Amino acid sequence: MTTKETLTPEETPLLEIRDLEVSFQSNSGPVPAVRGVSLTVYPGQTVAIVGESGSGKSTTAHSIINLLPGTGKVTAGEIIFDGKDISKVSEKDFVHIRGSQIGLVPQDPMSNLNPVWKVGFQIEEALAANGIAKGKAAKVRAAELLEEAGLAEAESRLGQYPHEFSGGMRQRALIAIGLSARPKLLIADEPTSALDVTVQRQILDHLDGLTTELGTAVLLITHDLGLAAERAEHLIVMSKGRIVESGPALEILKRPQHPYTQKLVAAAPSLASKRLSSSVARAEIREQAEEVAEAVKAEESAGESFGKATDDVLVVDHLTKVFKLRKGFRKTTDFTAVNDVSFKVRRGTTTAIVGESGSGKSTVAQMVLGLLEPTAGNVVFDGQDVAKLGAKETFAFRRRVQPIFQNPYGTLDPMYSIYRTIEEPLRTHKVGTKAEREARVRELLDKVGLPQSVMRRFPNELSGGQRQRVAIARALALQPEVVICDEAVSALDVLVQDQILTLLNDLQAEFGLTYLFITHDLAVVRQIADNVLVMSRGSIVESAPIDDVFGNPQQDYTRKLLDAIPGGSITLGS
Amino acid sequence: MLWYIGRRVLQMIPVFLGATLLIYAMVFLLPGDPIAALAGDKALSPAVAQQLRERYHLDLPFYQQYLLYLKGIFTLDFGTSFSGRPVSEVLAQAFPITMKLAFMALIVETVFGVGFGLIAGLRKGGFFDSTVLLFSLVLIAIPIFVIGFLAQFFIGVKWGIVPPTVGGNTSFTNLLLPALVLGSVSFAYVLRLTRTSVAENLTADYVRTATAKGLSRGRVVRVHVLRNSLIPVVTFLGADLATLMGGAIVTEGIFNINGVGGTIYQAVTRGEAPTVVSFVTILIVIYLIANLLVDLLYAALDPRIRYV
Amino acid sequence: MSETVKTGRVVRQSHFVAPPEVAAPGETDAVKLDQAPTSMWTDAWRDLRKRPLFIISTIIILAVIVIAAFPSLFTSTDPRFCDLTYSMQGPTSGHWFGFDRQGCDVYSRTIYGARASVLVGVGVTASVLVIGVIFGALSGFYGGWTDSILSRVADIFFGIPLILAAIVLMQLFTDRTIWTVVGVLALFGWPQMARIARGAVISAKNNDYVMASEALGVSKLKTLIRHVIPNSLAPIIVVATISLGTYIVAEATLSFLGIGLPSTEVSWGGDISNAQVTLRQGSTILFYPATALAITVLGFIMMGDALRDALDPKSRKR
Repeated sequence: MTTKETLTPEETPLLEIRDLEVSFQSNSGPVPAVRGVSLTVYPGQTVAIVGESGSGKSTTAHSIINLLPGTGKVTAGEIIFDGKDISKVSEKDFVHIRGSQIGLVPQDPMSNLNPVWKVGFQIEEALAANGIAKGKAAKVRAAELLEEAGLAEAESRLGQYPHEFSGGMRQRALIAIGLSARPKLLIADEPTSALDVTVQRQILDHLDGLTTELGTAVLLITHDLGLAAERAEHLIVMSKGRIVESGPALEILKRPQHPYTQKLVAAAPSLASKRLSSSVARAEIREQAEEVAEAVKAEESAGESFGKATDDVLVVDHLTKVFKLRKGFRKTTDFTAVNDVSFKVRRGTTTAIVGESGSGKSTVAQMVLGLLEPTAGNVVFDGQDVAKLGAKETFAFRRRVQPIFQNPYGTLDPMYSIYRTIEEPLRTHKVGTKAEREARVRELLDKVGLPQSVMRRFPNELSGGQRQRVAIARALALQPEVVICDEAVSALDVLVQDQILTLLNDLQAEFGLTYLFITHDLAVVRQIADNVLVMSRGSIVESAPIDDVFGNPQQDYTRKLLDAIPGGSITLGS
Repeated sequence: MLWYIGRRVLQMIPVFLGATLLIYAMVFLLPGDPIAALAGDKALSPAVAQQLRERYHLDLPFYQQYLLYLKGIFTLDFGTSFSGRPVSEVLAQAFPITMKLAFMALIVETVFGVGFGLIAGLRKGGFFDSTVLLFSLVLIAIPIFVIGFLAQFFIGVKWGIVPPTVGGNTSFTNLLLPALVLGSVSFAYVLRLTRTSVAENLTADYVRTATAKGLSRGRVVRVHVLRNSLIPVVTFLGADLATLMGGAIVTEGIFNINGVGGTIYQAVTRGEAPTVVSFVTILIVIYLIANLLVDLLYAALDPRIRYV
Repeated sequence: MSETVKTGRVVRQSHFVAPPEVAAPGETDAVKLDQAPTSMWTDAWRDLRKRPLFIISTIIILAVIVIAAFPSLFTSTDPRFCDLTYSMQGPTSGHWFGFDRQGCDVYSRTIYGARASVLVGVGVTASVLVIGVIFGALSGFYGGWTDSILSRVADIFFGIPLILAAIVLMQLFTDRTIWTVVGVLALFGWPQMARIARGAVISAKNNDYVMASEALGVSKLKTLIRHVIPNSLAPIIVVATISLGTYIVAEATLSFLGIGLPSTEVSWGGDISNAQVTLRQGSTILFYPATALAITVLGFIMMGDALRDALDPKSRKR
């Protein structure tokens, strides 16, 4: 610590939090969310707080500007901003701090803009409230701010409503609002989590440039370690309301000292270290899976089988899906969601379909599952065209191809106990007696790493990761050959994500499963895929084995996706 | 936007035809002699019965009857009531009175309902909120006719603040009490709806962002919370018109107001079915049109649906 | 690729490491098995049990149902026994509320009046639930043409306000019974329930577990019955409870106008209507049926409110 007389303005902390405690009121008493957090942000510095959900990172950030939701309250500690303790300031006085001294860029761009007012109006009112500009001058300034945030045709955009903007555009508008009064500190709460990965990079680059130019300090909240390391000088790792480790970003990544941080670094998919270890493990899994799959195939061709047991269990041929959208009176426009997609999946392997939102990847998944009829082309499963199956054959087909969906909170019927959920496939296909079914459910729960007593419980008592395990158990109940994972791990925290991916790999090796893995996250793919299909706007852009895609990408779009991986450029040797 | 209006109008047409057809069918297609039904408990001389039969075109095939009935609606020709006056004349006299009454009730319920609801929503769980909530529950539970003549008795007769019946004098002061009674139940619903809406919107993300921008609390509530909370209230007011119409019948009956409702009331108690049918048909038409207007107002308030 | 990391002209902060007990890496994502299993309904029940609104309304509703089912437990006087000689006499022993204009015992009529109200309320609600839920569920789940046609039909009935339609219809029937009233009210009350059911089904159907069910091979109809409808019940139950109250008011209003239940039936609405004139003479007999009616309706509406708060997905723990 330097002595007071020798501190330059640059060395005086802009924000200093000391021993902050925040708790919420619940039915059973106060619940602490933040415990004894201390941090410092210097002028012009970018500090990132990294943590999983429930770690208290957002709560800490919101408590700075007294915007805690619901019953949250700061119960102890000091928040010293620009020399003054603002934790005790009244709500009325806080109005002068917010916006002009401390700005906020919130997380979800759709819900954070008022849908009934024009975007321009919402920027102008920020300007007026902070005494920057009023009336016509405000309009001019608002257009300038939008342009500064990277939005083209800013003037005409002012007159539009939020729902007319794309996600990235809305986030830029929010950035414009956050920086409109040139605050000294900008709190960016997961500013790009809800956006596509290529847009993320653009926006973050832009934000970086702006804040450097303006000398704004940034407190960046994120769950992505790679992103934090890339954008911040100082990194703070939080878990369960406490600071676990903090220090210069690169140092923490290269030499994490706390066991929790070490786990986090090891599991972060975007970091190069993870990629290296994953590809080695993956090769082993693949070998094993292919062996088991061969055995399964041999069994099938020997006994009564559904189709001809082939090597390529799934063949998609010139698959196309066109939706008719209604625009205006009696006019329909065609929207091509999937455009002439063809690929083959070998037994026992994993093919990943990677694409941003709107690329058509989920539509492909639904057609492979037989839940959506293709407009053209066909899906051939085990030698048989899925669309041409009769009712009984479709029923048999369903046993062999099963899905796992993205949202763990919507994937299980809240009215069904875990037992009923996993038993349903067995019951529907009339497998075994009641006792046999129960035994199978127990077996499945073991396989996915859940205690058997969970059977009697209901989904609302389980966490996201646990629900996905139940979903996996349900998918495996009928011993399928192909499992379609539609963004199955995208909604999970990093550590849980890692666990589930490991589980999926283990199950694949044990049962010779074939996976079709749909995701928007190219970084995750390394751990689980053998082949990669990159899709954009309905068409396949690149199709190659995993090592080729990462090592030698052929197409520009693939390169863009790889570039956009946050923290992807950070190489960590050991 | 034009497409949205056009679509709403188009949707209204089959509903209008269907509703009028339904009413007509209910009245005229029921088993038994419709004329006897129309006459109610009164005995009719064969001559009058024949006259009625002709007037209602009962010797014609059904679809022609219905078309003539529709034509009657559009030309505002509803025949004559039992007392001899043309129904349209009675209507022309009664309508403005009811409009005045309904308008006053609407103002009362909207201004006070939204106002109190806003305060209750802002201070959810507080003393004002609980009191107001209980009060609204009581208002909804007590039927309007009970409120009606309780008010009439206490305020009109016992304490003599305003004249207990209106009769011919339809000034604003005279109509004030009936308007309050008419709007009472709706006021309770508007209050609860506003309260829920406001409480919900207070926790919305965009409200937090607005506060983070540095806007004063007052502005956040006025510009962001209130505006968004009004949208469901507006939708409700359209459906509420039905309640007002039904309530008007009772209220006008109790306070002896010669509006549309009062006429229906008297016609019902006297058993004059044709008048009832005609007047109710008019009210239904007004209801459909009002709902159309409410839909348009909704589009004006919420830009998201203009392009749906 | 080089390391694109910000280093700076800014102050470099020191490396801090918390002691290992902090965020001790126990099992990631362990299942908490300490409490007894709870489903959504168990949660809701636990929540309801503590609410005063629920407790009070349950008491009221149970009381009303008991009175309606076993009126003889509460009074031995025949409500239809009216002797004009007793007309307008005040309360005496055994006749605590006095006599009305016809000389009927007001207390007895107040007790027996519960039956008509409860029968109408329950009858209409039950009919409306059956018709409305079937209509709404089919409409919401299958969408497309089914939805368009069914919605139009519902709109047509919806376009005629309940009371107005009831007035038109009821005055055409000369012999009316309770079931006439039930039938007429149900005929125009179902569209409201259909709308609620349709909305609830549409939002339930968007969940992944519906797609998972179909991907298992469960037919669409069975998915609707097994998965979608049970998850749509919450708003339906709330609306049904509150509507029950409003149907009782509707019947009372019709009886008040003289076109509801026939005068041979004991009805609160009819009694209130008859007692109107007496109010001006300073009598209080109007208050008894009026209060009974208000309390009954209040009970159902409060129950609906309590249910809505308990079943609100936002306040349930995730």
